[in-house]
Amino acid sequence: MTNAFIKLNKVEVVFPVFNAVSLSLKNRALSAITGGKIDRRQDGISLVKGLENITLNIRSGERIGLVGHNGAGKTTLLRILSGIYPPTSGSAEISGDCIALINIGLGIDPEATGRENILLRGVMMGIRPAAIRKKTDEIIAFTGLGDFIDLPFRTYSTGMQMRLAFAVSTCIQPQILIMDEWLATGDEEFRARANQRLSEIVGAAKILILASHSRELLLNNCTRVIWLEHGKIRMDGESEVVLSAYYGV
Amino acid sequence: MAQQSNSAILQPKARVIATSLFKVALQDFQAGIKQKHIFLTLGWQDIATRYRRSRVGAFWLTLNMAVLIATLGIIFGSLFGTPIAEFLPSVTIGIVVWGLLSATISEGCESFISARDTILQVKMPLSIHIFRVITRNVLIFGHNALIIPLVFIILTKPVGLVAFYSILGMVLLILNSMWMVFFLSIICTRFRDVTEIIKNIMQVMFYVTPIIWGVGMLPQKVGAAVLNFNPFYHLLCVVREPLMGQAPTIFNWSVVVLMAVIGWTIALAFFNYYHKRVVYWL
Repeated sequence: MTNAFIKLNKVEVVFPVFNAVSLSLKNRALSAITGGKIDRRQDGISLVKGLENITLNIRSGERIGLVGHNGAGKTTLLRILSGIYPPTSGSAEISGDCIALINIGLGIDPEATGRENILLRGVMMGIRPAAIRKKTDEIIAFTGLGDFIDLPFRTYSTGMQMRLAFAVSTCIQPQILIMDEWLATGDEEFRARANQRLSEIVGAAKILILASHSRELLLNNCTRVIWLEHGKIRMDGESEVVLSAYYGV
Repeated sequence: MAQQSNSAILQPKARVIATSLFKVALQDFQAGIKQKHIFLTLGWQDIATRYRRSRVGAFWLTLNMAVLIATLGIIFGSLFGTPIAEFLPSVTIGIVVWGLLSATISEGCESFISARDTILQVKMPLSIHIFRVITRNVLIFGHNALIIPLVFIILTKPVGLVAFYSILGMVLLILNSMWMVFFLSIICTRFRDVTEIIKNIMQVMFYVTPIIWGVGMLPQKVGAAVLNFNPFYHLLCVVREPLMGQAPTIFNWSVVVLMAVIGWTIALAFFNYYHKRVVYWL
């Protein structure tokens, strides 16, 4: 098993933001013919800096919290950390298998039965079908859906849908766990079990990255907090220190 | 150290250029094939979803296609005044194969756009999303292709050993459609209106390619000259001709093979170059 770590070196992310004009090849061609060269700035592509000069060294065993106002670059950083965005400049080195529990419903097909969705959602998380089949009974038991498992997903109540998505999403233990807010929903009874399962996974993950607006949550789960502002690291240090500064207390 | 012979210096340099031209693309490609369970499951699921509520399932496709072929066969067969025993098999193969080509290409344009949510949340090779589209369409083709032997049996048309060539033709056709999809999916992610342009082109190509009409119906010299510039014509030939009892010409084979080699080289270099940007265009 490899050692889990994440190293970001002077990472910068620049988004091209296209409007309807620049997304169209016809318009681009037309503007080139009609002298588009003169007002090139008006071609509808604006560059937005998502992240700037981010250098981070995350070692195995660290629990990182991520705070920042809306638009500070939290989601972008999460995507860099999970290897989805390649940095526009700088380098990102990520070692260890990573699961992002952001949209746990990803991959679910409402027309398919609960049982089929276990396979679909599992495959989407990178689990091999044979491994999923082995875990299926355990997952079904956890959801508590009983015979409903063979009915189409769309017939489930919202609570039941959440249960299924949650049970599959947390059925394997990643080395690097990335979360955007704490997942735990459902009725009283299920929430208790979900919380317990999530705590176990969080505890066993080599690296945890948790973006949240909740001070409680970050204090309870993280040892180190990174404060992002306008795509830059404003502060990086021990949870209590950074959170006091961030919340202004 | 500095005074090495020229060739010793040039050789590694050439290799560096070669790897930097294709390295990322090939890595992605390899990783994608290695995780075949993902695109096979998702590709199959795509069809299952579409036809889940119908009793005959995915064979709905086959039925639809059969009706289309029967109608076109009868109308154009009588319009052109060609004997149905010759005309219908040719039209059947033509339409079924064209269905694969045009659906793969026009759906392939949106490989990344339609997988946006997945790409932005799960790290997986980009090629998987392309393989998913290919898988889905090959499976659909598998259903539609059942009509071909059916037509041959009904018309008691014999098939010779030469028909085995069409398996090779099929492989080359799929290989060719794959590089086109690799290439187009990137362009279409950046320029969203290209998908519409491609759909238009494919519609025009349907009429320009001898699918519902025969090569023999064209005025002699003009016809062949124009057809030879149509890549889809050659792709169709290497699959259809063997089944119709005729080996494709060396020219057909050469065009198809050459197109695959050149196409893949360009597509991989292109994929390599824009690999990092695709995710930002979504």
